[in-house]
This record gives sequence, C-alpha cells and structure tokens, in this order.
Amino acid sequence: MTWDSWAAFWAMGGRAGFVWGSYGVTLAVFALEAMALRGRRRRAVDQARRSAAAAAESRP
Amino acid sequence: MTADLRAQSAERIHVFRFASPATFFALAGRVVPWFAAAATLLAVAGLYVGFFVAPSDAVQGEAYRIIYIHVPAAWMAMFLYLVMAFWAAIGLAFNTRMSSMLAAALAPSGALMAAVALWTGALWGRPMWGAYWVWDARLTSTLILLFLYLGFMSLHAAIDDVRRADRACAVLALVGAINVPIIYFSVKWWNTLHQGATISMVKAPTIATPMLLGLLLMALSFWMYSIAMALSRARVILLERERDSAWVRAWLRTRQ
Repeated sequence: MTWDSWAAFWAMGGRAGFVWGSYGVTLAVFALEAMALRGRRRRAVDQARRSAAAAAESRP
Repeated sequence: MTADLRAQSAERIHVFRFASPATFFALAGRVVPWFAAAATLLAVAGLYVGFFVAPSDAVQGEAYRIIYIHVPAAWMAMFLYLVMAFWAAIGLAFNTRMSSMLAAALAPSGALMAAVALWTGALWGRPMWGAYWVWDARLTSTLILLFLYLGFMSLHAAIDDVRRADRACAVLALVGAINVPIIYFSVKWWNTLHQGATISMVKAPTIATPMLLGLLLMALSFWMYSIAMALSRARVILLERERDSAWVRAWLRTRQ
C-alpha cells in the first residue's frame, strides 16, 4: 500500500492543493462539457420539433 | 467483367453509406454509450493504479501524480487537432458534409483538452519549477494550440453560411496543423524547462511500470471520452443543420 492513512492520501505529501486542484478542475470541466452538450441537444431537438410542427400546419 | 464492376461499385456504396448523415446519426447514437462506459471503467482502473499502486516519485514526491491527467490531456489536445484537420481536409477536398461536421464537433473537445493540459501543467509547474507559467517553447506552442481551436470555433460561428464556414475553417485547421509537430518536438529542438518525453516509441520509458500502466489507462480513458463527446456533438450538429430533412422528421416521430 502506498499510503499510511487516508489523511496521508488527501495530504498528497503537502501538495494537496496542486494535485486536487488539477483533478477537481478537470472533472468539473468534463462535467460542464457534458452538461453544455445536453443543453445544446435539447435546444436542437426542440427547434426541429417546432420546425416540423410549422411545416405540418402550413400544409393544406 | 460487368458483374465485377457492379460488385466493385456496390462495395463502394457500402463504404460511403457511413458517410450518409442518417446512417451516421443512428450508428453514432448506438456506440456512444459504449465509449462512455469504456471511458469510465478505464478512468477508475487508471486512477486506482495511479494513486494506490504506483509509488511516489523519487524526485517529484506526490505532485507528479498530476501526470495521470496532464499527459493524457496534452496527447489528446494534439491528436484531436490532427483528426480535426484530417476531417476538415476531407470535407474541403470531397465536399462531404459529414466530414466537416465531424471536424466542427471535434474542436470544442480539443480546446477543452488543451485548456486542461495548460491548467494541470501550471499546477504542476509551480511546485516543480517555482512558476505557474514560463514562456517556454512547449508551453507557448500548447497555448497557440488552444488559440487555434478557439479561432476555429469563432470563425465557424462568425460565418452564417455553414458550408462556407466549413471551408474557411478547414483552411485554418490545415495551416494550424504545422503547430502540432512543433509542440511534439519542442522539447528536443529547443532548450526547454519542460521535461523531455516520458514515453517514446524508440526507447524504454523512464518511469516505473505501475506509473506507466496508470498513465496508459488514463490516456485510453481520455481517448474514449473524446470519441464519446465528439460523436455526441456531431449528432447534435447534424440535428441543427438537417432539422428540416425527411430523416430528422422521421426520427422525431419515433421518439414522441
């Protein structure tokens, strides 16, 4: 085992801010990318729906 | 003879079938969850090996553990740029819509990877070099890579006609591709503060086996993640661009 305790693991040999700052921000960036893409997809589907509805209405 | 030719052209149609937006949309939708699952499993395995199996570094202590995201992000930032430039070039040469859409789908993922590489690099540089940032050849060329991605995205957004935007961006992507070998070889060509390659194709790696294993697992994870994201984004771009096509209408009806 590399670590004596969980406290030692979280302390990262005194470099906790640098290590966890890297991992935390990376995770946040990936999560934001996924969420932003979800939102963009929802907007695209809504717009396609509206467009289809408008086309159906204009048909005699 | 004619039968032969017919068979040949049938085969060609088979290959190009995947370039058809409707087929791509369905196929990408099926494979994305698998790539996402692979990315998650590989990340769990890679982080376990990296944090609980790999020892601390003799020189860098525990701060070196940033390597498990820094190096995969930097690799993906460079690799995604080449893939993006490739599809942009195919789109430019053969006027294939799907190729240009793939290129446009890759740009944001690449930009994020470059940003992550720079951010984690800064947090690694501070304890090791005493500075978050230096104007070193590798750091500077990676910053340029980020700007190339952002330039691609802004240029695309600035041109109303998407097909014209695709062509303009393809030229930008191709010209910018010269930056990728510059980043890769910068640590050899110039006397940089950034350390040399940890892993190279021609010589044995300079790190312990568990470190190498953790790094490779994380690199694969980032790769799978990028594929999942790029394919999902390509599907959204398809929906945006082909909103009024018969196949999108048919797809909308299936998910009422």
